[in-house]
Amino acid sequence: MSSADADLIRQPASVLAAAICDGEVSSVEVTQAHLARIAEVDGRVHAFLEVTAEAALETAHLVDEKRKSGANLGVLAGVPIAVKDVLTMRGVPTTCGSRILEGWRPPYDSTVVARLRAADMVILGKTNMDEFAMGSSTEHSAYGPTHNPWDLERIPGGSGGGSAASLAAFEAPLAIGTDTGGSIRQPAAVTGTVGVKPTYGGVSRYGLVALASSLDQAGPCARSVMDAALLHSVIAGHDPRDSTSIDAPVPDVVAAAARGDVRGLRIGLVKELSGDGYQPGVLQRFNEAVEILQGLGAKVVEVSCPNFDYALGAYYLILPSEASSNLARFDGMRYGLRVGDDGSNSVEQVMSLSREAGFGAEAKRRIMLGTYALSSGYYDAYYGQAQKVRTLITRDFTAAFTKADVLISPTAPTTAFKIGEKVDDPLAMYLNDIATIPVNLAGNCAMSLPVGLSPADGLPVGLQIMAPPMADDRLYLVGSALESALTDKWGHLLIEEVPNL
Amino acid sequence: MSTNHETVPFEEAMTRYEPIIGLEVHVELGTNSKMFCSCATAFGAAPNTQVCPVCLGLPGSMPVLNRVAVESTIRIGLALNCDIATWCRFARKNYFYPDMPKDYQVSQYDEPLCTNGWLDVTVATDAGPQVVRVEIERVHMEEDTGKLTHSGGATGRIHGADYSLVDYNRAGIPLIEIVTKTVVGTGALAPAVARAYVTELRDVMRALGVSDVRMEEGSLRCDANLSLNKPGEGWGTRSETKNVNSLRSVERAVYSEIERQAAVLDSGGRVIQETRHFHEDTGRSTSGRSKEQAEDYRYFPEPDLVPIAPSRTWVEELRATLPEVPSVKRARLQSTWGINEFELATLVNAGAVELVEASIAAGVDAAAARKWWTGELLRVANERGVELAELPVTVSQIARVEALIADGSLNDKLARQVFEGVLAGEGDVDVVIAERGLAVVSDDGALLAAIDEALAAQPDVAEKIKSGKIQAAGAIVGAVMKTTNGQADAAKVRALLLDRLGVSE
Amino acid sequence: MTAITREEVAHLAKLARLDLSATELDHYAEQLDVILQSVARISEVAADGIPPTSHPVPVENVFRDDIAKPGLDRAEVFAAAPATEDDRFRVPRILDEEEA
Ligand SMILES: [Zn+2]
Repeated sequence: MSSADADLIRQPASVLAAAICDGEVSSVEVTQAHLARIAEVDGRVHAFLEVTAEAALETAHLVDEKRKSGANLGVLAGVPIAVKDVLTMRGVPTTCGSRILEGWRPPYDSTVVARLRAADMVILGKTNMDEFAMGSSTEHSAYGPTHNPWDLERIPGGSGGGSAASLAAFEAPLAIGTDTGGSIRQPAAVTGTVGVKPTYGGVSRYGLVALASSLDQAGPCARSVMDAALLHSVIAGHDPRDSTSIDAPVPDVVAAAARGDVRGLRIGLVKELSGDGYQPGVLQRFNEAVEILQGLGAKVVEVSCPNFDYALGAYYLILPSEASSNLARFDGMRYGLRVGDDGSNSVEQVMSLSREAGFGAEAKRRIMLGTYALSSGYYDAYYGQAQKVRTLITRDFTAAFTKADVLISPTAPTTAFKIGEKVDDPLAMYLNDIATIPVNLAGNCAMSLPVGLSPADGLPVGLQIMAPPMADDRLYLVGSALESALTDKWGHLLIEEVPNL
Repeated sequence: MSTNHETVPFEEAMTRYEPIIGLEVHVELGTNSKMFCSCATAFGAAPNTQVCPVCLGLPGSMPVLNRVAVESTIRIGLALNCDIATWCRFARKNYFYPDMPKDYQVSQYDEPLCTNGWLDVTVATDAGPQVVRVEIERVHMEEDTGKLTHSGGATGRIHGADYSLVDYNRAGIPLIEIVTKTVVGTGALAPAVARAYVTELRDVMRALGVSDVRMEEGSLRCDANLSLNKPGEGWGTRSETKNVNSLRSVERAVYSEIERQAAVLDSGGRVIQETRHFHEDTGRSTSGRSKEQAEDYRYFPEPDLVPIAPSRTWVEELRATLPEVPSVKRARLQSTWGINEFELATLVNAGAVELVEASIAAGVDAAAARKWWTGELLRVANERGVELAELPVTVSQIARVEALIADGSLNDKLARQVFEGVLAGEGDVDVVIAERGLAVVSDDGALLAAIDEALAAQPDVAEKIKSGKIQAAGAIVGAVMKTTNGQADAAKVRALLLDRLGVSE
Repeated sequence: MTAITREEVAHLAKLARLDLSATELDHYAEQLDVILQSVARISEVAADGIPPTSHPVPVENVFRDDIAKPGLDRAEVFAAAPATEDDRFRVPRILDEEEA
């Protein structure tokens, strides 16, 4: 890799976009630099399941032509991006990290991918993930784990570990993730990157292969708050193909990121999202960040959301229930893996054999759990009760947002753990999402951004900012202010400290 | 499969048991596009040509509800005197079946759009017509499934098939399910009530214009539930008979199930709660899958679709679009057309009411319109095995023929030939007349020549007429009609003949 | 909330169309039990009279116009199909031996 390339891949997306727009560098050069980086390091990181080099260069070339012709270009035109393999992309394999979909090439683009294309962005490929987004470590991918660029022995978080790792490894300046219980934010936290779960309904789910339909939300992954805001503005907005999409203007997240101001803002510390179970190193960096926010003029208050204690339980009933139904269609009849069709087996047997062979352990576990929670006789005690708890959690948020403009917490209770450490202990794995889950249940929005390295292990720690529904701009207002202060303190973004691969 | 074919004759069964019926009718709405996607809904399209990511259940696809499907359902609910929900949701009914692309069906479960309605139906009894009120439990929306074809095995049925083929064109077509409350106290009229109810429902759907309600194409499907109990005792176990594909079958299915269950109960047996399949050929049903180990459908609210909350303004706007209720309309037609109940029933059964109405509107005399639609045209429709409305003949063509009869250009016999040509696709009325040379011979010269010829051939008859035996004129008229291939106006021939012979009536 | 038995797990696997091995049945019986014990805490919440939330954002009445549009090309429809015949998806026989 040339030094020019090495320089290009470390640039923020906003800088690349401006340089491409001004003709200082071509999109083809930028794309080539990233493809070269992928070729160089992805054997060790394994962030990508599919690299669409040819199509990427073709798009980059078209963008360069378009620029030369004087046509109007979008804010991120020509900038490369990685897309989590859970979003459909016409003609490109979409596996969701599962054997059952190996080789499936969708005949249609998801709305998110369509918007990236419409914005003249260059899609580099599809990133690794826990199977059907079920996991917090990317170890549940049927195609092998992704490694955390901060320490290749460690997990990059999950389920969107591939997208987060691609940013931390400088394989892509931007990525798309999806977040059902923390799958954008927790990987961001453990890789020292920025990730945003927009308000539910803020970004179209059309073409997002559903895990839990009432919780899933796609969002931006980036190395800085401003880059995340720019990507957010590209993918968000009403989509008539998603009935749950909100038909209202997208909050001006780019302006908020540019402003970055917390003066007079009330910031709530959620009592239930700290203390026991959180590593001291995580809490230390979190508390330092709170002090910085105070120093910037924010008013810090403590709020209590008592029903958050039940969020994990409600989540692990609602998610498997919806997932058991969403994953039913993978039956080997119309697409995907078919096993045992020897002429003697019945359709029921072939479906069962195909699903048995095609799904991994975590997917099966959650399908079974969801089937149980929805079955007659148990519905009221499990699914029904979980939906009521969901209402209570939403009410907790509503009450908290009368006292504070945004809420904050550590994003994850721990820094990145070792690959293999928790893979067979579902309960320990589920605890990774304890702080991120309430937002998915209530449908509001949240961001994770890096606030330093844990003194215990030198690994990144993330801080979560939560805002009310459709107040996504507040995330950027606070995130940008905090990021600026930290950058001033360190002299650079935290990601600059990631070891050389 | 049950091998028990024992039955008790219907009349005898009715001396010991009271039937309770319940009917579940599925109606495919005639929308342009499917329930949750923009695919076309045309019947008979080549397999898998009206499918997209949504109705194929491809990963990532999402449903968006068809507004007209909702409006049609509300209009059906209003026509059936239902309450319209102020807020309701769809649910997922989870079960694996290869005709269902997502392995769940999007349906309404405990929150139907319409509830608590009724429909009055009339059945004939020895004591005259009797009105029975059938109460409606609910009207709800769901999506149809794909269509399976079974291959291998002897019968082409699911049993013994080696494998099956799936066409998803039908998957996602909006389906309305109309469920009655249990209908009690109809006694021996139960089969007739069942038929009258489905017939009336079909007429309501037609009047609303929400579906073509063709049972043979499956756009109206009926499941009949039946149980028997001894008078004064608790309700019995019910069976559900599916595959009831004609109005006649509705009646026969209830009738034969009464005979079957009576035999089971008479022999001290227990009626099993099961699904039965009706067979048109035998008029009997066979046992399907037992429902005792009921599927666990794991219903839950469909998260990909948002709730429907019809405003009362919207409901009232839809109410304003309702057509005349068929039963009210029938009373009106009887009086304006001057026909009795039986004559109207003939028109209704023939599916001719709207066609007659349209013909009258096009200027055809009421009696003539009825005569054509229930006579010659119905005969052809039956011969071809199609509905009257499907015949390639228009009301304006009937109006044209009637006008030609009125001005003497056509007679009845020629008119039938004109329709024969029109129905054979030979062209419009005037084209057929020209091509077939069907116009009445009105040229007096030509007719007189034919008369003279006939008189010359039968001089004895000519003499008889001259001598005052006018009834003998028929032989000459007949001969003239024969030589003119029936294209003469017989009355005119007769008048010319008498004039020729100087005889007066 | 009672413990989940191996038989229940087998029944769930049948409902969910998963041909689990004997080892998996044992394993999942144990794990589901542990998970359910842990999530069962939600029953402690007094939620009588609390409306359930099925949709996190209160959007209602979303409809599309009834306009038919062309769907997928035939080639795209069948591109990923494991088996086809006569322009249809071919699937194994539907009834089990004992049912047939
Ligand atoms: Zn479709």
